[in-house]
This record gives sequence, C-alpha cells and structure tokens, in this order.
Amino acid sequence: MKLRAALATIAVVAAGLATLAAVTDGFRAATSEAAWRLAVAEWPRPLPDATLIDQSGRALRLSALRGRPVLVEFFYTSCPAICGLLASQFQAGFERLIAQPEGPEVLLLSVSFDPERDTVTELADYAARLGADGRIWRVARVNDPIELRGLLDAFGVVVLPDGAGGFVHNAAIYLVDAQGRLARVYDPDAAERAIAELGG
Amino acid sequence: MIPGLLLYAVLVMPPVAAWLEGSMVGHMLVQIPLLALAGSLVAHGASGGRGAVFAGFNTGGVPGLLVALFAAAAWMLPRMLDAALRSALMEAAKFITVPLLVGAPLALSWPLLPPVARGFVWANLISHAAVLGWLYSVAPNRLCTRYLLDQQATLGTTLLIVAMALLLGWGWFAIVGAPLKLRANP
Repeated sequence: MKLRAALATIAVVAAGLATLAAVTDGFRAATSEAAWRLAVAEWPRPLPDATLIDQSGRALRLSALRGRPVLVEFFYTSCPAICGLLASQFQAGFERLIAQPEGPEVLLLSVSFDPERDTVTELADYAARLGADGRIWRVARVNDPIELRGLLDAFGVVVLPDGAGGFVHNAAIYLVDAQGRLARVYDPDAAERAIAELGG
Repeated sequence: MIPGLLLYAVLVMPPVAAWLEGSMVGHMLVQIPLLALAGSLVAHGASGGRGAVFAGFNTGGVPGLLVALFAAAAWMLPRMLDAALRSALMEAAKFITVPLLVGAPLALSWPLLPPVARGFVWANLISHAAVLGWLYSVAPNRLCTRYLLDQQATLGTTLLIVAMALLLGWGWFAIVGAPLKLRANP
C-alpha cells in the first residue's frame, strides 16, 4: 500500500512539473506577454500588409519598408501614460540614428491605433513636437479598420478601452526584420538597445 | 452531490461565466474556486464523504493533494487566465480540469491527510495569498493582457484581505482552540 502511494506521489510530481513546464515554456514565461516575446524571438513570423498614412498624408504599404529593419511602436496621441515613454525612446533612437549616418539603416515607425482622433493633422502636430522627420521616423495611421485590427493582432497588441475615453494597451518596441517579419519584441524602454543590437 | 452539480450548471452558463470573467477578481477568486468547490461537492457526495482510496494509490492523501496543487498552480498563472479568455478550447479545459483535477482530488484526499499536512497546506495557502496579493497590488505592469491595471490592483488587495482573514481565523483556532465540534471528535 505504502509503496503504491509513494510511486503515485512520484508520478504526480513528475506529471505536475511536466505540465507546469509545458504551460510556462519551460518555466520561462508566466505571462502572455513573456510567452509572446519568447515565441517571436524563436520563430520570427510574417506580418499582414497594411496601408499606412503618414504624418504628411502620404500612403505607403508596410511591405514597401522591406529591405531594412524597422522598429515599430503602437500608440495614440492623447495617451497620458506609457506612449510618452515610447515616444521619448524613439526620440533618443532617432537622434542616435541621425548622429551616425554611416550606421545601420534602421527605420522607426509609430502607428496610431486611435484612427478616430489621430487624424493626419493630429499626427503631423505630434510628429513635429517629437521631431519625427517622415523619412527615418514615420508617424502613421491605418485608415482601414480591418487592416488595423489585423496589424494589432499580428503584433500581439491588445487595446482595451479604459472607460475614460482612452485606452489601456501593452507597450513594447517591435522589430520587423529586413524580410518584413516580426522578429523581436523589446521592452518599451529598450529602443537604444534594439538599435545597438542592429549594429548601430 | 446535487449541490455540486447545480453549482457547476450555474457556473457554466454563458452569462454567468462572462460576468465572472469580466473582472480579474471574479475570474481568479470566484469562478475558479467555485469550479473547484463544485468538483469537491460532487466527489464528496459520490464517495460518501470518506475519501476514495484508489486501491492504495492515495494512502495518506498526498498524491491526490499534489494533483490538486499542481492543477491549481497552473490555473493561477496569468497567461492561463488570458488563454481561457482568448481561446474556447482553453476555456473548456478550465471548466473540465478545475473541478476534476483541483476540486475532486482535494475532497477525496483531505480526509486522508494527517493534521500536520493540513496545517502545511493552510500555512502555504495563507502565505501565498499574501505574497501574491502584495505582488499584484504593487506590480507596475499588467500581468494579464486582457485585464486593466486597476483590476489587477483590486485582485491584489482582495488577496491580501483573504490572507488576513485566513490568518486571523487560524490565529483564533490556534489560541482559543478548535471549535467544539472538532474537539469532540479529534
């Protein structure tokens, strides 16, 4: 009787640890965000295409940016919180990129997920305030709600209305590699690290 | 057994599930514990309250208790809550595994556990609730992508209150002594 219970205990512990390992990617990720970052880093994934309208009202396809790595962030201009950190990170990254013209050709792309309020005029003001030049650093919106939805899903951005007219959203810096694949997800304060890893 | 089945039937109703899952406290501290309770009530009723013996595999109740602890630990992971909200398959898995692998083994093993082991479980439950509560109330990042930060903080505060209540209950139990019913039947 005792032996059977001891064997059952060992079996349960082994199965329990195996289950916990399976649902945490080998004890590496307890949250969805951590799991997503691991999965992206291990298997870069293709992205759906979308038409972006930048701060000067020009339309460009996301796929047209292929050939160079692009750091992408998602934001909305009236965001009172984390978007400001992302913006200042992109500002620092932008300054670093223009300070070394011989460095890597990295592009920066800020995409608004609030098309209702973030009109081209609004984006132009925002870009001017931050110093985004529209060449290395574009600030854009997506006109087609279906394309925007597809883009947010593909990047793993979850946007929830906060009940006060704003949004709660996960913030990160995304690396789209030269082949147009989502290749890495960085912390929102890691723009310079991302650029450094790209050789800049 | 009937109350357990009724409780399960209520919990599985889509409006009830959606309502409880609408908040982090409802999901983690109401729905999941009640699903476990439903499993416990059914298992308790089916075994006649004696605790199943499982042909000697659950002597002392430790293997059964471990099944419940591992399954409960898995469903307390923030990413599992997100997964249940995102995928119907994971939602179904929650409704099946929580009663079956948390509630039922707990009900069948608890009567077999020595008092020291029960004390160990309670002490761990209280300390984990307190530590998790503190973590959830101060974490600056959202641990579940499907819930807002204020819901996470509310969950933290609620867990701290639960831990405090359990601690006071156990302090009372330790100092004043067991309720008469338990004393008469040690």
